[in-house]
Amino acid sequence: MPELTQEEVLRYSRHLIMPEVGMEGQLKLKAASVLLVGTGGLGAPLAMYLAAAGVGRIGLVDFDLVDHTNLHRQVIHGTSDVGRPKIDSAMDTMREINPNVKIDRHEVALTSENALQIIANYDLVVDGTDNFPTRYLVNDACVLLGKPNVYGSIFRFEGQATVFAYEGGPCYRCLYAEPPPPGLVPSCAEGGVLGILPGVIGLIQATEAVKLILKTGEPLVGRLLLYDALAMRFRELKLRRNPECPVCGDHPTITKLIDYQEFCGVNVHEPTPVPTVETDVLELKRKLDRKDKFTLLDVREPHEVQIGRIPGSILIPLGDLEKRSGELDRSAEIIVHCKSGGRSSKAVEYLRKSGFSNVSNLTGGILAWSDKVDPSVPKY
Amino acid sequence: MAKVLIPTPLRQYVEKKDSVEADGTTVGEVLASLTGTHPDLRKQIYTDEGKLRSFVNVYLNDEDIRYLDKDKTPVAAADVLSIVPSIAGGAERIA
Repeated sequence: MPELTQEEVLRYSRHLIMPEVGMEGQLKLKAASVLLVGTGGLGAPLAMYLAAAGVGRIGLVDFDLVDHTNLHRQVIHGTSDVGRPKIDSAMDTMREINPNVKIDRHEVALTSENALQIIANYDLVVDGTDNFPTRYLVNDACVLLGKPNVYGSIFRFEGQATVFAYEGGPCYRCLYAEPPPPGLVPSCAEGGVLGILPGVIGLIQATEAVKLILKTGEPLVGRLLLYDALAMRFRELKLRRNPECPVCGDHPTITKLIDYQEFCGVNVHEPTPVPTVETDVLELKRKLDRKDKFTLLDVREPHEVQIGRIPGSILIPLGDLEKRSGELDRSAEIIVHCKSGGRSSKAVEYLRKSGFSNVSNLTGGILAWSDKVDPSVPKY
Repeated sequence: MAKVLIPTPLRQYVEKKDSVEADGTTVGEVLASLTGTHPDLRKQIYTDEGKLRSFVNVYLNDEDIRYLDKDKTPVAAADVLSIVPSIAGGAERIA
């Protein structure tokens, strides 16, 4: 067991005077090691508060760069950090909060090849990822290594949190045996998120991590906590270990890490898509300048149009296209755009299947328009 | 008749409501009447073969129907059904 310096005694004094933590608990925190997967929305408050609480060693896994669109929620990074590696920016903030914490850098993508080796070096894992391949990878690795996995997930105004793989408790696969097919569940980048939400969910995860280290209270095991910020309501659902779970069940079939990209259907075994006809934003500009006859169809949502639009476009949100395609002229040339090209290529595919022959996709969407044609249209 | 709580990602298929009342005396009947009146929701939570999708869980009050009598679980008027799909937010690009 380590000892506390005088500076640490002063720093942690409000912990030390509580019997639930006390000197013994603070020394447990100092001896503990936690791996944070991701320093994004959830990871930001987690890293700051776990550092402040005095967790002795914190590992960070991230290889992303700080982006302007991160700043409304990823409070560990500041405006002057835009463009820096998140891991550097996070380490600077954590060191400023508490220089006593040892921070391990893992500036890599977590993969089936390195996950076991990285995770084995920690007492517990906190999952702050937003994508299904990494989430199943972290889950399986934690089950195989017997490491508790403090889970959180967010969407718009809603969050989920629980502790997986703790002393024989359920795992993520017991909750959801399989991931949704790619594209069906929107990410924060597509669906949006209330900036404060990851703070609430991340700090629930941080609380559970500290409780697990202190071995105090009632851990969030076997219970799925749901949070709805709009209703300001917490609910709890029962979560059971599935005896037939392929990784933590009675007769596991997954005994080593698998290919999670393939498992989640990402870019593997998909039928080769029919190549969509693409229109470049510069070509669109020429067509608009020449006053060519064509329809520019915006398939974003009305609240996105309020941020900015390309002149002359008509709006039919992708979700309404099936009902409203009758408003479009089948013989006209149609150029479809969205924010960056994902939704519009779905719209192009749908329109072609429905008998529209002269349909193309605006490459890169309104973001490319802002980059190459009209920078006064804001990017978001 | 039972109240069904609709999570954020699925509200766009039920006129943006956060809960919907639906008829039925079992979980299967309540969901059938709900998705009957909201066919777009049906595609989201059921497979083409009519099975609940594996990333969508249904709870009767706080219990997962997989550990009750699944579709045949009886539903009383005071019961609340929750549809809870997997969501994916947090940090991007870790793997």
